[in-house]
Amino acid sequence: MAKSNKPIVWSLFAGGGMIAAFVLPAMIFITGLAVPMGLLLENALAYDRMLALVGNPIGKLVLFGVIFLSLWHAAHRLRMTLHDLGIRSGRVAMLACYGVAGLASIAAAVVLLSI
Amino acid sequence: MGEVMDRRPYVREMPKSWWLGQRRYTFYMVRELTCLFIGAYALVILVGLFRLSQGPVAYGAFVDALQGPFAIAFHLLALVFALFHTVTWFGLTPKAMPLRLGEKTVPGTAIIVAHYAVWFVVSATLLLVARA
Amino acid sequence: MSEPVLELEVLRYRPETDQDPVFQTYTVPYNSDWVVLDALTHIKDNIDRTLSFRWSCHMAVCGSCGVMINGEPKLSCHTFLRDYYPGKVRVEPLTNFPIERDLVTVADDFMEKLASVKPYVITEEDRPVSAGEHLQSPADLNSFKQYTMCINCMLCYAACPQMGLTPDFVGPAALALAHRYNLDTRDAGREERQEIAASNEGVWDCTFVGACSQVCPKAVDPAAAIQQTKIASTVDWYKALLPWGK
Ligand code: SF4
Repeated sequence: MAKSNKPIVWSLFAGGGMIAAFVLPAMIFITGLAVPMGLLLENALAYDRMLALVGNPIGKLVLFGVIFLSLWHAAHRLRMTLHDLGIRSGRVAMLACYGVAGLASIAAAVVLLSI
Repeated sequence: MGEVMDRRPYVREMPKSWWLGQRRYTFYMVRELTCLFIGAYALVILVGLFRLSQGPVAYGAFVDALQGPFAIAFHLLALVFALFHTVTWFGLTPKAMPLRLGEKTVPGTAIIVAHYAVWFVVSATLLLVARA
Repeated sequence: MSEPVLELEVLRYRPETDQDPVFQTYTVPYNSDWVVLDALTHIKDNIDRTLSFRWSCHMAVCGSCGVMINGEPKLSCHTFLRDYYPGKVRVEPLTNFPIERDLVTVADDFMEKLASVKPYVITEEDRPVSAGEHLQSPADLNSFKQYTMCINCMLCYAACPQMGLTPDFVGPAALALAHRYNLDTRDAGREERQEIAASNEGVWDCTFVGACSQVCPKAVDPAAAIQQTKIASTVDWYKALLPWGK
């Protein structure tokens, strides 16, 4: 069969799209709006709580999954969209999109493991 | 018999602004651009975790920074785009993953509703945990 | 009283004289029972015999009369003037195809792509006629029936922006037909079709714009077929990683 590496790229995109669809609205609401604006959830992002969350191996894994898959989803979609917009230097766009997502994911893993 | 005429097929170029003229394509482009906010928000979490790893002072500064008007505006926009992503993503699931039970095809709306139900439970759980 | 009329703007391209296509306006009698194809036929019979366009069945079965009507790919036999009257109707050849002449496009590329996915039942061994019918249950038929409705009208190719951006893309109808035969319980040709369908020019160029399914006059839903092929190809890919995978 014709070997294409697209399935892995695409499945991570689709997985990221699914995760983002399920959890990001609530997460954005909590961390970006409710807590900063003091709506009911003042303590949600308290230092000790976050430390406990990240200190837990499952917490680490979930956070890494959300960050990595969201980033990959965004990178792949952006790359396709740049092509849609007529940016034809596919290689540069590809390196920029997947490169940023990849480096940021590695950074996320390093940071999570350091806590 | 008539003479054979020269063929000279004419190729129309696709304009770069193809996605602007028609609602269907503009909608698609907005849907695709939700990825900018999803990616940016993932980077915000990453920064937050990095600051967390630097200790309470650095982390406190990060949480304070979230209160800035620019941060609030960004998150408001990000929420709108994230919700748009959720709605469009769920809307397409029955096409990608049709379900057949025995001889019957499960109606697409049932698949969509099931996604919203799970979404609701997940969101409510996250909010409850954040509140605890 | 003067009879009601309707203006039809038709994109003309006569390769022997026109450097670029130009619009020509025709005034035709307005008749609420007429479809756009009737108006085109009226022009050809009564006004301008040089106008070229394709048609055959006049009943949305042959798939040859597809054109852009006010920017939307449609079968001209299936689009009533009354839905536009008293406005103008603008008729152009299908987008994403080269123009041969007037409303006639060059469809060779589509035909090649269609043939490349082997849209017919492939069996492991030749079945002699004496073997009798190749039975299939109604439930099995139902799993792919919608994809059998395709009339190769190419409206989906005109609607798909990826066709314009990536001309090598195999495209909606051909991929939907590949899926249709892959789902057929009598068929054993999936692996051969995957050579094309799961290649880089196959389903992966699709970004699920969904326009193909919106314009399809036969409710084939090629977009759904393509996403399902993406998922199935992805499953293949991961399976091949397993030690017991092939
Ligand atoms: S899938 Fe629909 S639009 Fe595309 S060629 Fe077949 S009938 Fe026409």
